[in-house]
This record gives sequence, C-alpha cells and structure tokens, in this order.
Amino acid sequence: MLFKSHGGVHPNDKKAPANEAVITTIPQPPQVVIPMSQHIGAPCTPLVAVGDEVKLGQKIGEAKAPVSAPIHASVSGKVVAIEPHLNNLGNMVTSVVIENDFKDTPAETMVPATEEDLQSPEKIADIIREAGIVGMGGATFPTAFKITSGWGKVDTVLINGAECEPYITSDHRTMLEHPDELLKGIQLLMKACKVDKTYFGIELNKKFAIDLLNFKGAKEMGIEVVPLKCQYPQGAEKTLIKTITGREVPPGGLPANVGCSVFNTFTAYSVYRACYEGWPAIERVVTVSGSAIADPKNVKVRVGTSMQWVFEQTGGFAKEPWKVIMGGPMMGMAQYDLEVPCGKGTASLLAFSDDEDKTVADPVCIRCGQCIDGCPMNLQPIYMYMYQQKGDVEMLQKLNIMDCVECGSCSYICPGRLHLTHAFKTGKAMVQAHLAELKAKAEAEKAKAEAEAPKAEEKPAEKPAEPAKEEKKEAK
Amino acid sequence: MNEERKLIVSSSPHVRTPRGTQQIMLDVIIALLPALVAAVIFFGVKPLVITVISVVSCVVFEFAYRKLLKKNASYMDLSAVVTGMLLAYCLPPTFPWWTVIIGAFFSIVLVKQLFGGIGKNIWNPALAGRAFLLVSYAVLMTTWAPARFQNADAATFATPLASLHAGQLVPGGANALWDMFIGNIGGSFGEVSSLALLLGGAWLVYRKVISLRIPVAYVGTVAVLTLIFSRGNNHLLWMLQNVLSGGLLLGAIFMATDYCTSPVTPNGQLIFGVGCGLLTVLIRYFGGYPEGVSFAILIMNCCTWLIDQHTAPRRFGVMKGEKKKKEKEEAKG
Repeated sequence: MLFKSHGGVHPNDKKAPANEAVITTIPQPPQVVIPMSQHIGAPCTPLVAVGDEVKLGQKIGEAKAPVSAPIHASVSGKVVAIEPHLNNLGNMVTSVVIENDFKDTPAETMVPATEEDLQSPEKIADIIREAGIVGMGGATFPTAFKITSGWGKVDTVLINGAECEPYITSDHRTMLEHPDELLKGIQLLMKACKVDKTYFGIELNKKFAIDLLNFKGAKEMGIEVVPLKCQYPQGAEKTLIKTITGREVPPGGLPANVGCSVFNTFTAYSVYRACYEGWPAIERVVTVSGSAIADPKNVKVRVGTSMQWVFEQTGGFAKEPWKVIMGGPMMGMAQYDLEVPCGKGTASLLAFSDDEDKTVADPVCIRCGQCIDGCPMNLQPIYMYMYQQKGDVEMLQKLNIMDCVECGSCSYICPGRLHLTHAFKTGKAMVQAHLAELKAKAEAEKAKAEAEAPKAEEKPAEKPAEPAKEEKKEAK
Repeated sequence: MNEERKLIVSSSPHVRTPRGTQQIMLDVIIALLPALVAAVIFFGVKPLVITVISVVSCVVFEFAYRKLLKKNASYMDLSAVVTGMLLAYCLPPTFPWWTVIIGAFFSIVLVKQLFGGIGKNIWNPALAGRAFLLVSYAVLMTTWAPARFQNADAATFATPLASLHAGQLVPGGANALWDMFIGNIGGSFGEVSSLALLLGGAWLVYRKVISLRIPVAYVGTVAVLTLIFSRGNNHLLWMLQNVLSGGLLLGAIFMATDYCTSPVTPNGQLIFGVGCGLLTVLIRYFGGYPEGVSFAILIMNCCTWLIDQHTAPRRFGVMKGEKKKKEKEEAKG
C-alpha cells in the first residue's frame, strides 16, 4: 500500500526518445580530468605525482576523514598535471589530469571479492568504501558511510528507481539491461545494511522494468518492487520514504532517523560491479538528451571525460544550445564551460535550444497558490519568496525555509514565472550567515565576559564560528 | 566546435510548465463564455454589448494607466479581460453603457492598479466595481427586466431574490426551480443561468485553475444554513432556491476563487469559503439588500492575509500535536 505524499508536479517526462536507446560505449577521450572532490565530505589528496604512470582503476586520491570517498583513475596512462580545474558546481577543484594510453591496463586491485568476503557486512562496506562509491543519483553522499552509520538504526532499505526527473533514462536502461546484476547489487546492500526487507520504488512510466525485475525473482530475494505514481519529486529521498513507508523524516534529520536508508539504482549497480567485478566507481551511464540533441542516447562515460567530448561523440548539437545542464532539468547545474568533466553522479547531460525555462522580463506573483499545492515539504513558497525579497531572515526561519529541498517544483509550476527556487537557495544562505553571525557574536561576548572577569587569565578571543555546514543535498 | 558558444547559467529548475498567467486567464475566459451565451439567449443582444464595452474599457484603462506611469504593459496577461467580463456579468441587462465605463474605471484603476496591479490588490476588482455602482446608481442597478421566455408582467415583475428577501418562496414551485437552473429568470445577466455557470466551473476544475475548496465550502455553507433556518414550509425548496438565485454560483465559482484576493493555503480556502457563505446568508436574511454575495466576498477579501497567517500547512516531519508538545516541553525545561 502506498502512502499519500504531499505536493508534487507533473512535468512532461520527455523520456521517450532516450528510453529505447540501448546503452552504448563511446570512444575514450585522449585525456581525463579527475576532480579530487566528487562527493559530499572531505576532498581527497592526490596519491600520485606528475609524471607517474597510472593504471585503470588505480586509487589516485584519498582522504582520511570518515565522510569521504577515494577516487580512482578512469583510464590508464600518464599523469600530466595536478592543477585546479572547473568542476560541475562552478568551483575550481584540485584535479588529476591523465593522458590516456588507450590500453586500459587494469590495476592489481581490480579483482572480484571472494564469496567469503561477501558474507560479512563489514567487509562489503569496506569494499564499497574502497571502490569510492557515492550516491550516484547526484547527491554523491559516500555510500559506505551511509551504511555503517545506519547500523542499529536502519530497518528498511529503499532503492530509488523513481528517476522522476524528466529526460533522464540512464537508471531505466540499467534496469532493463542489467537486471540480474542490479538485483545482486541490491542484495549486497541489504546484507551490508543488515536488513532483510527492501523496497525498490519505480515510477510507472518504467512498466517493463518493473515486470522484468519481478520476473527475475526480486520478490524471492526479499526485494519488493513498488510501482510509484509518476510525479515529481517522487524520487526525492524524503518523499520516497513517505510514499513507501509512510514515515516522515523530521526537519533537519536524516533517513536513518526513521530507520530508512535510500540508495540510488545506479549505486546498487555500482556495488555489484565493485564486489563481483572489482570495478571502482569510474564509469557511469549518462543520458545525453535535450532539444538541441538530434538523437538522444544513453552512453557509458568514464569519470573525468569532458562534456565537450561526450557531446561530440554522441553526434554533437543539432541546434545551437543556449543552456547545457549536468544532471536533471529540475535540479541539475547549468554549465558555462563544456570542458567541465563528468563525475560519479552525472546521470545526464542536457542541451536546450528551445524556450524550456520560459523566463520572462518581469515575473509577477498572481497568488494562485500552486506553489503551496506543489511543495513536497509542505512549505509556503509564496510567502518565503516575499520575505526573501525583503531580506527578512527571521521570518524566513519562521517559515522553515531550511526545510526546503530545492526540488524546483514551485518554480516549475509558477505561472508568474517567479524565480522561487533561486530565491530559496539564496535565502538559505542568508539564514546560515545570520546564524553564524549570531554564534560569533555570542562567542565574542562570552570571551569578553571572561576577559573582564577578575583574576581571569587573559585569553585570546575564541576562534570565529565556522559557518553552518551545508545541508545534505537531496537526491534527485 | 566553436569556442564562442555563449551559455546561460541560472539556478535550477531549467524547465517550466507551459501554463503561464496568460493561459490561466484564457481558461477563465473560456469558462465564462457559457454564461454569456445563456445571457444572450435570455436577454437578447444587450448583454453582449455591455460585456464588450466593459472588457474594452477595462483593457484600455489597464493599458493607459501603466503607460502613463511608465510601468511595463500588463494587458497581455488577460486579467483585465476577466475583470471586464465579471464586472459586466453582475450588471442588469438594462444597464446604460456609460455607467459601465465608470465601473470599469473604478475596478481597474482604483481597486487594481493603485494597489500595484495583478496579484497585489486587496479586493476583487469586478466585485468592488459592482459595489461602487450599486451605491452610486442604486436605481439603475436594481431595475430588472424579465427574461425573454418568462410569463411575467413587466410591471409587477420580481426577481427570485426579491421574493426570497421578503421571506417567500419563489412562486411556481418546482417549475420555477427549473427556470432558475437554466436561467429563465430576472437578474444580473451573468448570474441567471446556474447551468452555464456550473459548466464553466467544471471547466475550471478540470483544467485545475481552481480547486473545489472555496466553491464547495461557500455553496455548502449557504445550503446548510438555509436548510436549517428555512423560511416557508418546504425546507428543501427554500434551500435550493437560495442556492440557485442571485449571484451565489457566479460568486462562488468565479469571484471568491479569485487568486489574488483569496487565501492560498488549503485550510485557509475552506475557512474563506465558509466565511463567505455565512456572511451571504446573514446579509440575505437580515441585511437591507436582497443580495449578499458581493459584500460577503469583499468583506472576506479583507481577511485573506489574516487567514493565511493562521493556516500554514503542517510542517513535513512534524506530526499533529507534536509541535505543541515540544513547545510545552521547552517552556517547562
């Protein structure tokens, strides 16, 4: 039985052209640029130096922090540079540049795990961590950390196969072309999480995939395939949990707070590849689509391949695009430089040449209230927008702006074409800055009081408050 | 590939619904057409002339005001057309054309644009315009003509509302009820045909322009109240005649649901509808005017902000009662 989730919008899914496109391989690029930060958490430090020969799958970056994921060479060849490069978030990130020797010489570490290893949750988590697997849906939260931190708390595993973002079909094709591997990967995740009940939520526009997985015996493995209504953002972590289990993640909380752990479809597939094939997270299926693309495709792309290369190798642009997006159209990031490399969480590359975003010169709110009906987090975007425009941080907090998952439903549905999601991203930053300021002030006052206290030793002012940590980005 | 490519970078989402303000207003205009057809059938060509005059003057005032004040033109959003149609619909078919223009001026310039234009006005422009005309031209606004197929003596003719206001059932029993349903009665030409208005309402709901919350709460409240406090011996007939007479359906479907002047929260919309229904019945029963719809909605318009403030949806992840419990604990601790 499904529970009713609040809100949601129904964008045209535009999946038709790419749905039938079998996953293909494109020629490898002559050079890959691998950013040392492709996940939420501590960035990696390079383990190689300029001039080093590296093998396919060799670990080239690692961080000691618990919330992190190592990074591997996606081709074999020679390290020609270690320098800052633009990444998909618009930041300059230390990246390892490898010149491809087109030999794909595998590293010694690329060996399948033994059956014995695959019996122990700890071992599986270790393999997942070593393989650098992160949330492949785009959130890129380190998977191993999600597993180990959930031990004792998590009783239900959910696999996110909603793929509710329009255009994207990479998960769908993975389900259709690798159902056995996928199911095995899910079983490994269940074992690693120490649970025996798993729900695999799939939107009803992937009927064949649902039937196929059931035919392959998902049920006998303890995996219940749950057909979901097509509705954006069905695949947002909190919404998915609510729809399938009826549980609501408390504000500011994590899925583990309600005993759930959510993994993306491709994450499960990557877990299979890591455990049974020894392949780390160096390849992802990417949907190339959009109005500027003549023939949408699903292609296997090595991490570090530039967008330029992927577009060129898939037939180029049929029309001149005015916008290129890495990720889905609802939550993906617009890019201005096609040299930006694809990462572990890149599910799609989109190029738009039509009037998709319908921006107008003077957006006007007509108070239709559709943003409220569409918000999956039960927020009031109309009023949040008003106070954000005024810069009223206290009212923004009162309206729970920090609950916003930035899914974009409100902006999508807005007939007045207001830039709601944009305003809330800014508003959240404003609230965080405000909180940091308050904290710094309180600490300064505390330090002052201590300094003024008689006989107290002179103390240097306490270090300035760290800005509040970015909230975990929701899965697409 | 060329290096000169210029790409736009903006915040997600990168796609938007094709339905903008203009398309929504177009849907409202379509929904209003059946009532106009009914008006022409029952009152001849006069309603059409009044509607055209009203729409044209509303659009001209909207255009001229924004031009004079050097604001960007907004007439293309079609909201002035909707206002013009609604204003015309609540006028008697015999209304002189020049007063229509005065009403349009009041609606568009004073009620809508002086407050900042679409989305910012406090009162429904068409209703405020009608209220203004009613107090300024009381006689003209209450001079009714019988519908074309009505067997009525023009001299002793009374609208259903006038009978109801006098505490009497509309003569004719069930036959009268059918006339009221299809619109073969006297009254403002846009409000007589309940059938046409319901058709329009169905279109709006089907196109998801409005939700059922406000209309159902509004009409439901009137129905329940008139059923409980009915006058005359046939309770059901009294209730049905109340629901089908006057501007109730026009108001409940097209005016109380006006985006800009009604609450945006789901619970707020229910409260708004119930409030409108309560005030309508109070005015019809105890007020000086036979009709209470326009004043009921205008009064509730004033409460919109207040209602919204107190009907925020339940926060995701916080169950009912949990918040209060927490607050209590915090107060204790």
